[in-house]
Amino acid sequence: MTRAVAQLAAILATALFIFSLHWMNDPKTARHAVVAGVTGMLVAVLATWFQPEIVHHGWIVLAIVGGFLVGIPLSLVPLTAVPQRTALSHAFGGLAAGLVGTAEYFLGLGQHGAPLTTFRMSARVAEVILGFLTFTGSLMAAGKLQEVKWIPQRPVTYPGQNFVNIGVLAIAVALGVLVTRQPATAWSPHAFIAIVGLALLFGVLLIIPIGGADMPTVISILNSYAGLSAVAMGFVLGNKLLVTAGALDGSSGLILSIIMCRAMNRSFTNVLFGAFGTVQKIAAVGEQKAWKQETVEGAAQLLEQASSVVIIPGYGMAVAQAQHKVRELYDQLTKRGIKVTFAIHPVAGRMPGHMNVLLAEANIPYTALAEMDEINPEMSQCDVALVIGANDVVNPAARYAKGSPIYGMPIIDADKARTVLAIKRSKNPGFAGIDNELYVQDNTWMLFGDAKAVLGDLVKQFGSGGLH
Amino acid sequence: MTDNQPAAVDYWSMVFVFVLSTFIGLGVIRRVSRLLYTPLMSLTNAISAIAVVGSIVVTGADYPATIRILGAVALFASMTNIVSGFLITDRMLKMFKKQ
Repeated sequence: MTRAVAQLAAILATALFIFSLHWMNDPKTARHAVVAGVTGMLVAVLATWFQPEIVHHGWIVLAIVGGFLVGIPLSLVPLTAVPQRTALSHAFGGLAAGLVGTAEYFLGLGQHGAPLTTFRMSARVAEVILGFLTFTGSLMAAGKLQEVKWIPQRPVTYPGQNFVNIGVLAIAVALGVLVTRQPATAWSPHAFIAIVGLALLFGVLLIIPIGGADMPTVISILNSYAGLSAVAMGFVLGNKLLVTAGALDGSSGLILSIIMCRAMNRSFTNVLFGAFGTVQKIAAVGEQKAWKQETVEGAAQLLEQASSVVIIPGYGMAVAQAQHKVRELYDQLTKRGIKVTFAIHPVAGRMPGHMNVLLAEANIPYTALAEMDEINPEMSQCDVALVIGANDVVNPAARYAKGSPIYGMPIIDADKARTVLAIKRSKNPGFAGIDNELYVQDNTWMLFGDAKAVLGDLVKQFGSGGLH
Repeated sequence: MTDNQPAAVDYWSMVFVFVLSTFIGLGVIRRVSRLLYTPLMSLTNAISAIAVVGSIVVTGADYPATIRILGAVALFASMTNIVSGFLITDRMLKMFKKQ
Protein backbone atom coordinates (compact mmCIF):
# COMPACT_ATOMS: atom_id res chain seq x y z
CA MET A 1 0.00 0.00 0.00
CA THR A 2 2.60 2.57 1.04
CA ARG A 3 4.70 1.41 -1.95
CA ALA A 4 1.86 2.24 -4.33
CA VAL A 5 1.43 5.62 -2.65
CA ALA A 6 5.16 6.28 -3.10
CA GLN A 7 4.96 5.39 -6.79
CA LEU A 8 1.94 7.64 -7.31
CA ALA A 9 3.67 10.45 -5.46
CA ALA A 10 6.71 10.07 -7.72
CA ILE A 11 4.56 10.29 -10.85
CA LEU A 12 2.72 13.32 -9.51
CA ALA A 13 6.01 15.03 -8.58
CA THR A 14 7.44 14.35 -12.05
CA ALA A 15 4.40 15.90 -13.72
CA LEU A 16 4.58 18.94 -11.42
CA PHE A 17 8.29 19.43 -12.19
CA ILE A 18 7.64 19.37 -15.93
CA PHE A 19 4.80 21.87 -15.57
CA SER A 20 7.07 23.99 -13.40
CA LEU A 21 9.66 24.25 -16.16
CA HIS A 22 6.92 24.78 -18.75
CA TRP A 23 5.62 27.84 -16.90
CA MET A 24 9.04 29.44 -17.14
CA ASN A 25 8.33 30.18 -20.82
CA ASP A 26 6.74 33.52 -19.95
CA PRO A 27 7.44 35.98 -17.11
CA LYS A 28 3.66 36.27 -16.65
CA THR A 29 3.23 32.63 -15.61
CA ALA A 30 6.68 32.11 -14.15
CA ARG A 31 5.68 32.41 -10.51
CA HIS A 32 3.37 29.38 -10.90
CA ALA A 33 6.57 27.50 -11.64
CA VAL A 34 7.75 27.92 -8.05
CA VAL A 35 4.41 26.79 -6.62
CA ALA A 36 4.43 23.67 -8.82
CA GLY A 37 8.05 22.92 -7.93
CA VAL A 38 7.52 23.29 -4.19
CA THR A 39 4.37 21.13 -4.30
CA GLY A 40 6.15 18.40 -6.24
CA MET A 41 9.03 18.46 -3.79
CA LEU A 42 6.75 18.31 -0.76
CA VAL A 43 4.78 15.37 -2.18
CA ALA A 44 7.95 13.41 -2.94
CA VAL A 45 9.61 14.10 0.42
CA LEU A 46 6.54 13.20 2.50
CA ALA A 47 5.87 10.02 0.52
CA THR A 48 9.47 8.92 1.09
CA TRP A 49 9.51 9.84 4.75
CA PHE A 50 6.42 7.72 5.48
CA GLN A 51 7.96 4.57 4.01
CA PRO A 52 8.14 1.73 6.54
CA GLU A 53 11.96 1.36 6.32
CA ILE A 54 12.43 4.86 7.74
CA VAL A 55 12.73 4.12 11.45
CA HIS A 56 15.01 6.92 12.71
CA HIS A 57 13.59 10.43 12.48
CA GLY A 58 15.83 12.54 14.71
CA TRP A 59 18.68 13.09 12.26
CA ILE A 60 16.28 13.70 9.38
CA VAL A 61 14.60 16.51 11.30
CA LEU A 62 17.99 17.89 12.33
CA ALA A 63 19.31 17.92 8.74
CA ILE A 64 16.13 19.54 7.44
CA VAL A 65 16.26 22.26 10.10
CA GLY A 66 19.95 22.80 9.22
CA GLY A 67 18.98 23.10 5.55
CA PHE A 68 16.51 25.86 6.40
CA LEU A 69 19.01 27.68 8.65
CA VAL A 70 21.61 27.83 5.86
CA GLY A 71 19.21 27.98 2.91
CA ILE A 72 17.23 31.04 3.96
CA PRO A 73 20.24 33.39 4.30
CA LEU A 74 21.62 32.00 1.02
CA SER A 75 18.42 33.02 -0.73
CA LEU A 76 18.80 36.62 0.44
CA VAL A 77 22.19 37.39 -1.16
CA PRO A 78 22.47 40.52 -3.34
CA LEU A 79 21.66 39.80 -6.97
CA THR A 80 25.24 40.48 -8.04
CA ALA A 81 26.14 37.44 -5.89
CA VAL A 82 23.59 35.10 -7.49
CA PRO A 83 26.24 33.44 -9.71
CA GLN A 84 28.25 32.46 -6.60
CA ARG A 85 25.14 31.15 -4.88
CA THR A 86 24.28 29.12 -7.95
CA ALA A 87 27.78 27.64 -8.12
CA LEU A 88 27.55 26.84 -4.40
CA SER A 89 24.26 25.02 -4.89
CA HIS A 90 25.82 22.97 -7.70
CA ALA A 91 28.53 22.10 -5.17
CA PHE A 92 25.94 20.99 -2.60
CA GLY A 93 24.12 18.92 -5.22
CA GLY A 94 27.36 17.20 -6.20
CA LEU A 95 28.29 16.62 -2.55
CA ALA A 96 24.93 15.00 -1.78
CA ALA A 97 25.27 12.65 -4.75
CA GLY A 98 28.86 11.75 -3.90
CA LEU A 99 28.06 11.03 -0.24
CA VAL A 100 25.03 8.87 -1.01
CA GLY A 101 27.07 6.93 -3.59
CA THR A 102 29.80 6.34 -1.01
CA ALA A 103 27.27 5.32 1.65
CA GLU A 104 25.58 2.89 -0.72
CA TYR A 105 28.88 1.25 -1.64
CA PHE A 106 29.86 0.62 1.97
CA LEU A 107 26.33 -0.57 2.75
CA GLY A 108 26.57 -3.12 -0.04
CA LEU A 109 30.01 -4.14 1.21
CA GLY A 110 28.63 -4.72 4.71
CA GLN A 111 25.72 -6.79 3.31
CA HIS A 112 23.21 -4.24 4.56
CA GLY A 113 22.13 -2.80 1.27
CA ALA A 114 21.63 -3.93 -2.29
CA PRO A 115 24.18 -6.52 -3.51
CA LEU A 116 27.12 -5.13 -5.49
CA THR A 117 26.16 -6.16 -9.01
CA THR A 118 28.14 -4.89 -12.00
CA PHE A 119 25.40 -2.50 -12.98
CA ARG A 120 24.96 -1.04 -9.51
CA MET A 121 28.72 -0.76 -9.05
CA SER A 122 29.28 1.08 -12.32
CA ALA A 123 26.41 3.47 -11.52
CA ARG A 124 27.91 4.03 -8.07
CA VAL A 125 31.36 4.79 -9.47
CA ALA A 126 29.84 7.20 -12.01
CA GLU A 127 27.84 8.89 -9.25
CA VAL A 128 30.85 9.30 -6.99
CA ILE A 129 33.15 10.65 -9.74
CA LEU A 130 30.52 13.06 -11.09
CA GLY A 131 29.32 14.11 -7.64
CA PHE A 132 32.71 14.86 -6.11
CA LEU A 133 34.20 16.55 -9.18
CA THR A 134 31.11 18.77 -9.34
CA PHE A 135 31.56 19.50 -5.64
CA THR A 136 35.13 20.82 -5.75
CA GLY A 137 34.79 22.27 -9.26
CA SER A 138 31.77 24.30 -8.23
CA LEU A 139 33.41 25.39 -4.98
CA MET A 140 36.35 26.68 -7.03
CA ALA A 141 33.99 28.46 -9.43
CA ALA A 142 32.09 29.99 -6.51
CA GLY A 143 35.39 31.09 -4.95
CA LYS A 144 36.55 32.73 -8.18
CA LEU A 145 33.23 34.53 -8.57
CA GLN A 146 33.26 35.69 -4.95
CA GLU A 147 36.88 36.79 -5.49
CA VAL A 148 38.12 34.83 -2.49
CA LYS A 149 41.71 35.90 -1.86
CA TRP A 150 43.52 32.56 -1.99
CA ILE A 151 41.85 31.42 -5.21
CA PRO A 152 43.61 33.00 -8.20
CA GLN A 153 41.24 35.03 -10.40
CA ARG A 154 43.36 34.86 -13.51
CA PRO A 155 43.60 31.48 -15.25
CA VAL A 156 46.41 29.34 -13.85
CA THR A 157 48.18 27.37 -16.55
CA TYR A 158 51.33 25.25 -16.72
CA PRO A 159 52.89 23.06 -19.39
CA GLY A 160 51.25 19.66 -19.77
CA GLN A 161 48.16 20.80 -17.89
CA ASN A 162 45.65 19.00 -20.08
CA PHE A 163 47.79 15.88 -19.89
CA VAL A 164 47.76 15.99 -16.07
CA ASN A 165 44.01 16.67 -15.92
CA ILE A 166 43.06 13.88 -18.27
CA GLY A 167 45.55 11.60 -16.52
CA VAL A 168 43.89 12.15 -13.13
CA LEU A 169 40.46 11.43 -14.57
CA ALA A 170 41.75 8.38 -16.44
CA ILE A 171 43.25 6.88 -13.25
CA ALA A 172 39.95 7.43 -11.43
CA VAL A 173 37.99 5.74 -14.23
CA ALA A 174 40.48 2.84 -14.41
CA LEU A 175 40.19 2.28 -10.65
CA GLY A 176 36.43 2.45 -11.11
CA VAL A 177 36.55 -0.36 -13.65
CA LEU A 178 38.68 -2.45 -11.26
CA VAL A 179 36.33 -1.87 -8.32
CA THR A 180 33.33 -2.64 -10.48
CA ARG A 181 34.83 -5.98 -11.51
CA GLN A 182 35.90 -6.90 -7.96
CA PRO A 183 33.81 -4.85 -5.53
CA ALA A 184 34.41 -6.88 -2.38
CA THR A 185 38.08 -7.86 -2.21
CA ALA A 186 40.45 -6.59 0.47
CA TRP A 187 41.77 -3.66 -1.61
CA SER A 188 38.42 -2.58 -3.07
CA PRO A 189 37.37 -0.13 -0.32
CA HIS A 190 40.80 1.57 -0.56
CA ALA A 191 40.45 1.85 -4.32
CA PHE A 192 36.97 3.32 -3.83
CA ILE A 193 38.32 5.96 -1.43
CA ALA A 194 41.09 6.69 -3.95
CA ILE A 195 38.43 7.32 -6.61
CA VAL A 196 36.76 9.83 -4.29
CA GLY A 197 40.09 11.60 -3.74
CA LEU A 198 40.93 11.71 -7.45
CA ALA A 199 37.46 13.05 -8.33
CA LEU A 200 37.85 15.81 -5.73
CA LEU A 201 41.27 16.67 -7.16
CA PHE A 202 40.02 16.62 -10.75
CA GLY A 203 37.27 19.15 -9.92
CA VAL A 204 39.90 21.62 -8.70
CA LEU A 205 42.25 21.01 -11.65
CA LEU A 206 39.40 21.46 -14.10
CA ILE A 207 38.51 24.97 -12.93
CA ILE A 208 41.89 26.61 -12.16
CA PRO A 209 42.78 27.24 -15.85
CA ILE A 210 39.43 28.94 -16.54
CA GLY A 211 39.17 32.72 -16.46
CA GLY A 212 36.39 35.05 -15.35
CA ALA A 213 35.07 35.74 -18.86
CA ASP A 214 34.15 32.07 -19.25
CA MET A 215 32.20 31.83 -15.98
CA PRO A 216 28.72 31.93 -17.59
CA THR A 217 29.66 28.85 -19.62
CA VAL A 218 31.37 27.07 -16.75
CA ILE A 219 28.40 27.56 -14.42
CA SER A 220 26.12 26.09 -17.09
CA ILE A 221 28.38 23.08 -17.61
CA LEU A 222 28.58 22.47 -13.85
CA ASN A 223 24.78 22.74 -13.75
CA SER A 224 24.66 19.93 -16.26
CA TYR A 225 27.10 17.83 -14.18
CA ALA A 226 25.05 18.39 -11.03
CA GLY A 227 21.99 17.14 -12.90
CA LEU A 228 23.85 14.11 -14.20
CA SER A 229 25.11 13.22 -10.72
CA ALA A 230 21.48 13.23 -9.55
CA VAL A 231 20.67 10.90 -12.47
CA ALA A 232 23.50 8.57 -11.43
CA MET A 233 22.12 8.60 -7.89
CA GLY A 234 18.74 7.59 -9.31
CA PHE A 235 20.41 4.66 -11.10
CA VAL A 236 22.13 3.59 -7.87
CA LEU A 237 18.96 3.73 -5.80
CA GLY A 238 16.68 2.45 -8.55
CA ASN A 239 14.62 5.62 -8.19
CA LYS A 240 12.97 6.87 -11.40
CA LEU A 241 11.96 10.22 -9.90
CA LEU A 242 15.62 11.05 -9.31
CA VAL A 243 16.48 10.03 -12.86
CA THR A 244 13.72 12.24 -14.28
CA ALA A 245 14.45 15.32 -12.17
CA GLY A 246 18.19 14.94 -12.73
CA ALA A 247 17.67 14.63 -16.49
CA LEU A 248 15.57 17.82 -16.52
CA ASP A 249 18.35 19.65 -14.67
CA GLY A 250 21.03 18.12 -16.89
CA SER A 251 19.29 19.07 -20.12
CA SER A 252 18.72 22.60 -18.84
CA GLY A 253 22.43 22.94 -18.10
CA LEU A 254 23.26 21.50 -21.52
CA ILE A 255 21.04 23.97 -23.41
CA LEU A 256 22.37 26.93 -21.42
CA SER A 257 25.98 25.78 -22.04
CA ILE A 258 25.34 25.59 -25.79
CA ILE A 259 23.76 29.06 -25.81
CA MET A 260 26.66 30.51 -23.82
CA CYS A 261 29.27 28.88 -26.06
CA ARG A 262 27.52 30.15 -29.16
CA ALA A 263 27.35 33.64 -27.68
CA MET A 264 31.14 33.60 -27.31
CA ASN A 265 31.87 31.64 -30.46
CA ARG A 266 33.66 28.94 -28.49
CA SER A 267 33.35 25.19 -28.25
CA PHE A 268 32.95 23.14 -25.06
CA THR A 269 36.43 21.71 -25.32
CA ASN A 270 37.82 25.15 -25.98
CA VAL A 271 36.25 26.52 -22.78
CA LEU A 272 37.39 23.57 -20.67
CA PHE A 273 40.86 23.17 -22.10
CA GLY A 274 41.54 26.47 -23.85
CA ALA A 275 42.35 28.78 -20.89
CA PHE A 276 40.74 31.91 -22.30
CA GLY A 277 42.37 35.11 -21.14
CA THR A 278 45.93 33.89 -21.50
CA VAL A 279 46.17 34.96 -25.12
CA GLN A 280 46.06 38.67 -24.62
CA LYS A 281 48.96 40.01 -26.56
CA ILE A 282 47.71 41.05 -29.93
CA ALA A 283 48.93 43.83 -32.16
CA ALA A 284 46.94 47.05 -31.99
CA VAL A 285 44.55 47.29 -34.92
CA GLY A 286 45.36 50.11 -37.34
CA GLU A 287 46.74 53.45 -36.26
CA GLN A 288 46.04 54.56 -32.72
CA LYS A 289 43.33 57.19 -32.81
CA ALA A 290 42.46 59.36 -29.86
CA TRP A 291 39.07 59.32 -28.21
CA LYS A 292 36.86 62.36 -27.92
CA GLN A 293 35.56 63.25 -24.53
CA GLU A 294 32.08 64.69 -24.00
CA THR A 295 30.72 66.70 -21.10
CA VAL A 296 27.69 65.57 -19.13
CA GLU A 297 25.77 68.61 -20.42
CA GLY A 298 26.56 67.71 -24.01
CA ALA A 299 25.59 64.08 -23.46
CA ALA A 300 22.28 65.11 -21.91
CA GLN A 301 21.58 67.29 -24.90
CA LEU A 302 22.36 64.45 -27.31
CA LEU A 303 20.02 62.14 -25.42
CA GLU A 304 17.25 64.71 -25.28
CA GLN A 305 17.30 65.30 -29.01
CA ALA A 306 17.11 61.58 -29.76
CA SER A 307 13.90 59.78 -30.57
CA SER A 308 15.27 56.32 -29.91
CA VAL A 309 17.97 55.38 -27.39
CA VAL A 310 19.48 51.93 -26.94
CA ILE A 311 21.24 51.33 -23.62
CA ILE A 312 23.87 48.58 -23.65
CA PRO A 313 24.69 47.57 -20.08
CA GLY A 314 27.67 45.44 -19.09
CA TYR A 315 28.77 43.91 -15.83
CA GLY A 316 30.65 47.15 -15.07
CA MET A 317 27.26 48.77 -14.54
CA ALA A 318 26.41 46.26 -11.82
CA VAL A 319 29.85 46.58 -10.22
CA ALA A 320 29.30 50.33 -9.96
CA GLN A 321 25.83 49.66 -8.49
CA ALA A 322 24.44 51.98 -11.15
CA GLN A 323 21.21 50.09 -11.98
CA HIS A 324 19.00 52.47 -10.04
CA LYS A 325 20.52 55.54 -11.71
CA VAL A 326 19.95 53.81 -15.05
CA ARG A 327 16.33 53.42 -14.08
CA GLU A 328 16.07 57.16 -13.26
CA LEU A 329 17.57 58.02 -16.63
CA TYR A 330 15.12 55.61 -18.27
CA ASP A 331 12.24 57.40 -16.52
CA GLN A 332 13.46 60.82 -17.58
CA LEU A 333 13.84 59.78 -21.21
CA THR A 334 10.55 57.87 -21.54
CA LYS A 335 8.76 60.83 -19.90
CA ARG A 336 9.94 62.90 -22.85
CA GLY A 337 8.54 60.40 -25.33
CA ILE A 338 11.92 58.93 -26.21
CA LYS A 339 11.88 55.21 -26.94
CA VAL A 340 14.41 53.50 -24.69
CA THR A 341 15.45 49.86 -25.22
CA PHE A 342 18.02 47.84 -23.30
CA ALA A 343 20.16 45.61 -25.51
CA ILE A 344 21.23 42.49 -23.63
CA HIS A 345 24.10 40.35 -24.83
CA PRO A 346 23.67 36.66 -23.86
CA VAL A 347 26.90 36.72 -21.83
CA ALA A 348 26.30 40.12 -20.20
CA GLY A 349 26.84 39.54 -16.50
CA ARG A 350 28.36 36.50 -14.91
CA MET A 351 25.79 33.81 -15.56
CA PRO A 352 23.09 33.20 -18.16
CA GLY A 353 20.37 35.85 -17.89
CA HIS A 354 22.17 37.73 -15.11
CA MET A 355 21.76 41.20 -16.65
CA ASN A 356 17.99 40.77 -17.01
CA VAL A 357 17.69 40.06 -13.29
CA LEU A 358 19.91 43.01 -12.35
CA LEU A 359 17.76 45.37 -14.45
CA ALA A 360 14.50 43.86 -13.22
CA GLU A 361 15.64 44.52 -9.66
CA ALA A 362 15.93 48.21 -10.55
CA ASN A 363 12.27 48.10 -11.66
CA ILE A 364 12.99 48.35 -15.33
CA PRO A 365 10.05 46.63 -17.07
CA TYR A 366 11.04 43.46 -18.90
CA THR A 367 9.20 44.73 -21.98
CA ALA A 368 12.04 47.26 -22.40
CA LEU A 369 14.69 44.52 -22.58
CA ALA A 370 15.73 43.20 -25.99
CA GLU A 371 18.00 40.33 -26.90
CA MET A 372 21.00 40.89 -29.15
CA ASP A 373 19.35 39.18 -32.15
CA GLU A 374 16.23 41.33 -31.86
CA ILE A 375 18.01 44.65 -31.50
CA ASN A 376 20.85 44.34 -34.00
CA PRO A 377 18.73 44.84 -37.16
CA GLU A 378 17.35 48.03 -35.58
CA MET A 379 20.67 49.54 -34.52
CA SER A 380 21.06 51.67 -37.66
CA GLN A 381 17.80 53.46 -36.82
CA CYS A 382 18.96 54.16 -33.30
CA ASP A 383 19.90 57.78 -32.56
CA VAL A 384 22.04 57.24 -29.48
CA ALA A 385 23.62 54.01 -28.24
CA LEU A 386 24.57 54.45 -24.60
CA VAL A 387 27.22 51.91 -23.54
CA ILE A 388 27.46 51.52 -19.75
CA GLY A 389 30.28 49.37 -18.43
CA ALA A 390 30.19 47.00 -21.43
CA ASN A 391 33.31 46.49 -23.48
CA ASP A 392 34.05 43.25 -25.34
CA VAL A 393 30.40 42.67 -26.30
CA VAL A 394 30.41 45.91 -28.35
CA ASN A 395 33.93 45.61 -29.79
CA PRO A 396 33.77 45.69 -33.61
CA ALA A 397 37.11 43.83 -33.73
CA ALA A 398 35.11 40.65 -33.08
CA ARG A 399 33.86 40.89 -36.68
CA TYR A 400 37.19 40.92 -38.50
CA ALA A 401 40.33 40.88 -36.30
CA LYS A 402 41.37 37.25 -36.81
CA GLY A 403 44.09 37.29 -34.14
CA SER A 404 41.82 38.61 -31.42
CA PRO A 405 40.57 36.24 -28.71
CA ILE A 406 37.06 37.57 -29.24
CA TYR A 407 37.14 37.06 -33.04
CA GLY A 408 33.87 35.57 -34.26
CA MET A 409 31.96 36.38 -31.10
CA PRO A 410 28.55 37.88 -31.95
CA ILE A 411 28.36 41.48 -30.73
CA ILE A 412 25.75 44.16 -30.26
CA ASP A 413 26.16 46.54 -33.21
CA ALA A 414 26.52 49.68 -31.11
CA ASP A 415 28.88 51.14 -33.71
CA LYS A 416 26.03 51.29 -36.25
CA ALA A 417 24.02 53.77 -34.19
CA ARG A 418 24.08 57.42 -35.33
CA THR A 419 25.87 58.49 -32.17
CA VAL A 420 27.57 56.40 -29.50
CA LEU A 421 28.00 57.53 -25.91
CA ALA A 422 30.21 55.29 -23.80
CA ILE A 423 30.59 55.55 -20.04
CA LYS A 424 33.86 54.01 -18.94
CA ARG A 425 35.52 53.98 -15.55
CA SER A 426 39.12 54.13 -16.69
CA LYS A 427 41.07 54.45 -19.89
CA ASN A 428 42.36 50.87 -19.60
CA PRO A 429 41.28 48.06 -21.94
CA GLY A 430 38.54 45.62 -20.87
CA PHE A 431 38.68 42.25 -19.19
CA ALA A 432 40.08 40.39 -22.17
CA GLY A 433 42.78 43.05 -22.50
CA ILE A 434 41.76 44.11 -25.97
CA ASP A 435 41.63 47.66 -27.31
CA ASN A 436 38.15 48.66 -28.31
CA GLU A 437 38.02 50.75 -31.46
CA LEU A 438 34.38 51.58 -30.85
CA TYR A 439 35.71 54.21 -28.45
CA VAL A 440 37.75 55.98 -31.11
CA GLN A 441 35.11 55.99 -33.85
CA ASP A 442 34.16 59.33 -35.39
CA ASN A 443 30.65 59.19 -33.95
CA THR A 444 31.65 58.04 -30.45
CA TRP A 445 31.86 60.33 -27.45
CA MET A 446 33.36 59.13 -24.19
CA LEU A 447 32.21 59.94 -20.67
CA PHE A 448 34.95 58.91 -18.25
CA GLY A 449 34.13 58.23 -14.62
CA ASP A 450 32.27 55.96 -12.25
CA ALA A 451 29.06 54.84 -13.99
CA LYS A 452 26.88 55.67 -11.00
CA ALA A 453 28.31 59.18 -10.65
CA VAL A 454 28.16 59.94 -14.38
CA LEU A 455 24.57 58.69 -14.65
CA GLY A 456 23.65 60.65 -11.54
CA ASP A 457 24.98 63.83 -13.14
CA LEU A 458 23.11 63.04 -16.36
CA VAL A 459 19.84 62.56 -14.50
CA LYS A 460 20.45 65.86 -12.68
CA GLN A 461 20.74 67.62 -16.05
CA PHE A 462 17.26 66.37 -16.90
CA GLY A 463 15.80 67.07 -13.49
CA SER A 464 17.30 70.54 -12.94
CA GLY A 465 15.08 72.12 -15.54
CA GLY A 466 18.03 73.06 -17.66
CA LEU A 467 16.57 70.92 -20.40
CA HIS A 468 12.97 70.90 -21.55
CA MET B 1 23.94 -14.84 -10.64
CA THR B 2 20.47 -14.87 -9.13
CA ASP B 3 20.64 -11.12 -8.75
CA ASN B 4 21.67 -10.42 -12.32
CA GLN B 5 18.31 -11.02 -13.91
CA PRO B 6 16.14 -8.38 -12.15
CA ALA B 7 19.03 -5.93 -12.18
CA ALA B 8 19.28 -6.21 -15.96
CA VAL B 9 15.57 -5.48 -16.38
CA ASP B 10 15.78 -2.58 -13.98
CA TYR B 11 18.79 -1.19 -15.83
CA TRP B 12 17.05 -0.92 -19.18
CA SER B 13 13.88 0.66 -17.81
CA MET B 14 16.02 3.25 -16.00
CA VAL B 15 17.95 4.05 -19.17
CA PHE B 16 14.60 4.32 -20.95
CA VAL B 17 13.30 6.82 -18.38
CA PHE B 18 16.55 8.79 -18.57
CA VAL B 19 16.48 9.13 -22.36
CA LEU B 20 12.81 10.10 -22.48
CA SER B 21 13.07 12.66 -19.70
CA THR B 22 16.14 14.20 -21.33
CA PHE B 23 14.11 14.71 -24.51
CA ILE B 24 11.23 16.21 -22.52
CA GLY B 25 13.73 18.42 -20.71
CA LEU B 26 15.30 19.65 -23.96
CA GLY B 27 11.85 20.36 -25.41
CA VAL B 28 10.57 22.27 -22.40
CA ILE B 29 13.77 24.19 -21.64
CA ARG B 30 14.13 25.32 -25.26
CA ARG B 31 10.90 27.30 -24.84
CA VAL B 32 11.90 29.00 -21.59
CA SER B 33 11.94 32.80 -21.88
CA ARG B 34 15.46 34.10 -22.43
CA LEU B 35 14.76 36.76 -19.83
CA LEU B 36 14.51 34.09 -17.15
CA TYR B 37 17.69 32.04 -17.55
CA THR B 38 19.04 32.99 -14.12
CA PRO B 39 15.85 32.03 -12.23
CA LEU B 40 15.63 28.93 -14.46
CA MET B 41 18.99 27.79 -13.19
CA SER B 42 18.07 28.28 -9.55
CA LEU B 43 14.74 26.53 -10.15
CA THR B 44 16.33 23.48 -11.79
CA ASN B 45 18.88 23.42 -8.94
CA ALA B 46 16.06 23.19 -6.45
CA ILE B 47 14.24 20.54 -8.50
CA SER B 48 17.31 18.34 -8.91
CA ALA B 49 17.73 18.49 -5.13
CA ILE B 50 14.97 15.85 -5.24
CA ALA B 51 18.05 13.74 -4.50
CA VAL B 52 16.87 14.50 -0.97
CA VAL B 53 14.64 11.41 -1.13
CA GLY B 54 17.72 9.20 -1.49
CA SER B 55 19.35 10.92 1.47
CA ILE B 56 16.23 10.46 3.60
CA VAL B 57 16.37 6.69 3.08
CA VAL B 58 20.11 6.50 3.89
CA THR B 59 19.66 8.69 6.99
CA GLY B 60 16.49 7.16 8.36
CA ALA B 61 16.78 3.42 7.67
CA ASP B 62 18.22 0.93 10.14
CA TYR B 63 21.83 1.26 8.93
CA PRO B 64 25.16 1.62 10.82
CA ALA B 65 25.70 5.08 12.31
CA THR B 66 28.67 6.00 10.06
CA ILE B 67 26.52 5.40 6.98
CA ARG B 68 23.68 7.43 8.44
CA ILE B 69 26.05 10.35 9.14
CA LEU B 70 26.96 10.44 5.44
CA GLY B 71 23.23 10.40 4.68
CA ALA B 72 22.49 13.22 7.09
CA VAL B 73 25.19 15.46 5.58
CA ALA B 74 23.81 14.72 2.09
CA LEU B 75 20.30 15.45 3.35
CA PHE B 76 21.46 18.78 4.78
CA ALA B 77 23.15 19.71 1.48
CA SER B 78 20.06 18.84 -0.59
CA MET B 79 17.73 20.60 1.82
CA THR B 80 19.84 23.77 1.61
CA ASN B 81 19.46 23.65 -2.18
CA ILE B 82 15.72 23.15 -1.99
CA VAL B 83 15.14 26.01 0.45
CA SER B 84 17.53 28.55 -1.06
CA GLY B 85 16.73 27.49 -4.65
CA PHE B 86 12.95 27.94 -4.47
CA LEU B 87 13.13 31.08 -2.31
CA ILE B 88 15.63 32.91 -4.51
CA THR B 89 13.79 31.86 -7.69
CA ASP B 90 10.60 33.38 -6.34
CA ARG B 91 12.45 36.47 -5.18
CA MET B 92 13.85 37.04 -8.67
CA LEU B 93 10.62 36.25 -10.52
CA LYS B 94 8.75 38.80 -8.39
CA MET B 95 10.99 41.50 -9.85
CA PHE B 96 9.99 40.91 -13.47
CA LYS B 97 7.24 43.46 -14.08
CA LYS B 98 5.62 44.51 -17.31
CA GLN B 99 5.23 48.19 -16.50
